[in-house]
Amino acid sequence: MRKVYLDYSATTPVKEEVLKEMIPYFTEKFGNPSSLYDIGLESKDAVTHAREQVAALINARPQEIYFTAGGTEADNWAVFGTAEKFKEKGNHIITTKIEHHAMLHSCAFLEKEGFDVTYLDIDKDGFIDLRQLEEAITEKTILISIMLVNNEIGTIEPIKEAAAIAKKHGVLFHTDAVQGLGNVAIDVKDMGVDMMSVSSHKIYGPKGSGALYIRKGVNIDNYMHGGGQENRRRAGTENLAGIVGFGKAAQLARINFDKHVEHCSKVRNHLKDRILAEIPDTFVNGTMDKRHPGNLNITFKYIEGESILLLLNQFGISVSTGSACSSASLEPSHVLSALGVPVEMIHGTVRFTVGDFTTMEDVDYVVDNLKTIVAKLREISSVNAKKGW
Amino acid sequence: MALYNDIVMDNFLNPKNVGELENPDGTGVYGSPVCGDMMQIQIKVDENEKITDAKFKTFGCGSAIASSSMATSMIIGKTVEEALQLTNKQIINELGGLPPVKVHCSVLADKAIKNAIYDYAQKTGKHYAALEGYDPEADEDDEHGEEE
Repeated sequence: MRKVYLDYSATTPVKEEVLKEMIPYFTEKFGNPSSLYDIGLESKDAVTHAREQVAALINARPQEIYFTAGGTEADNWAVFGTAEKFKEKGNHIITTKIEHHAMLHSCAFLEKEGFDVTYLDIDKDGFIDLRQLEEAITEKTILISIMLVNNEIGTIEPIKEAAAIAKKHGVLFHTDAVQGLGNVAIDVKDMGVDMMSVSSHKIYGPKGSGALYIRKGVNIDNYMHGGGQENRRRAGTENLAGIVGFGKAAQLARINFDKHVEHCSKVRNHLKDRILAEIPDTFVNGTMDKRHPGNLNITFKYIEGESILLLLNQFGISVSTGSACSSASLEPSHVLSALGVPVEMIHGTVRFTVGDFTTMEDVDYVVDNLKTIVAKLREISSVNAKKGW
Repeated sequence: MALYNDIVMDNFLNPKNVGELENPDGTGVYGSPVCGDMMQIQIKVDENEKITDAKFKTFGCGSAIASSSMATSMIIGKTVEEALQLTNKQIINELGGLPPVKVHCSVLADKAIKNAIYDYAQKTGKHYAALEGYDPEADEDDEHGEEE
């Protein structure tokens, strides 16, 4: 059976070139980067090289990159490290309603500890309101965290403008750029951010590898305590192969950036155009302007997302859904709720994310099957266009 | 490793009794699209109070559709009295089990059947002990029913 993977925002396959770089670091080049003999120093060099590669992708200095076990750890570090460091100064954090759970659940934890958190709204296109951001700042505000690219609807938030507002008020600014890395142009200096979370497995690198960019001069508390790795700021023996893989993936993402964006946009737009033209009662969630080049989020009215997902899976097609029925918590997508999509329609939402290995033929195969699947489920459904909800 | 077992998948991929009856003797609806699942079950009852046909229409996930298919199959050929004894646990057993978070789908099917029979009883003026004090609108906040 044909396999079509359209969930690149969930994770990506490790590219061959990346895997090739990693393999020696599991076996013959296994030395601990903290060891002072040859194979240790060799490992240390490899980590340094990877740090340069990741830094180059976001125009940071290598010494501003701190490797972590992924995007979630980076988000947790930014939030808890800032809260701990500045709790005497204030107990207020500003973030948005559409952040990843790594951010939302970290903030919820701090709320239990007595912190106040403001969750910014988004408009019907998916963007935050900069005026609402500025009005939310108080003298107690110690951190503003706004994601660069939303993982569900792909909207690109005005980070440069938001960071400027934070700077004007002397508040630290963090952005979760996990979905943005490799997909939108990132320049930490131009954006003016203090901290940025990134992850390897969204850019064809291995899982369990990520980083927190901390601008030189910014001091937050440590999150992982132990040895003196990462310039004494993130303890734990380096995930050597994971870091090498992340570095290589970052290098490839930088070299292939224009081609990647052009390819993803072309394939994604073909998918969007065909679905909207050939399947009635469908609509796109979030604006198509300023959007992740590979992201498409569509509501199929009158049917439920998990059924769509299961039937697509029968044809070897992998997608994800915002439906409550597919989540362990049975809660519908908080992002689509914030966007103002009626709950009954959130259940019928599918996220398609294309990537470097998606072809136009893959998209045609998906749409051809999708048409049959949607028609079949609408035949079964107790709601329809004629009856209404 | 699959999300559902083969019986559930078969009832989802090839659901039995999909559709609407022309002149149903009873129609029951339960759930709402806002909650993510809504079932409609219709029954045809003969003069001996035997359910001769049942059809469903379901907006919902795989296990909601599978539960509707199984539940309608289970009541066809039963008397109304017998159908009223059906529990969500029996539906789950016939399906060979459902994941714990999906148990409420079987409750939905059970409620939609009870509502269809309630509608039939209302229309025909019949009384059933099992429907004493039954409220078809009752919002089962705890929709998790009995687990296997």
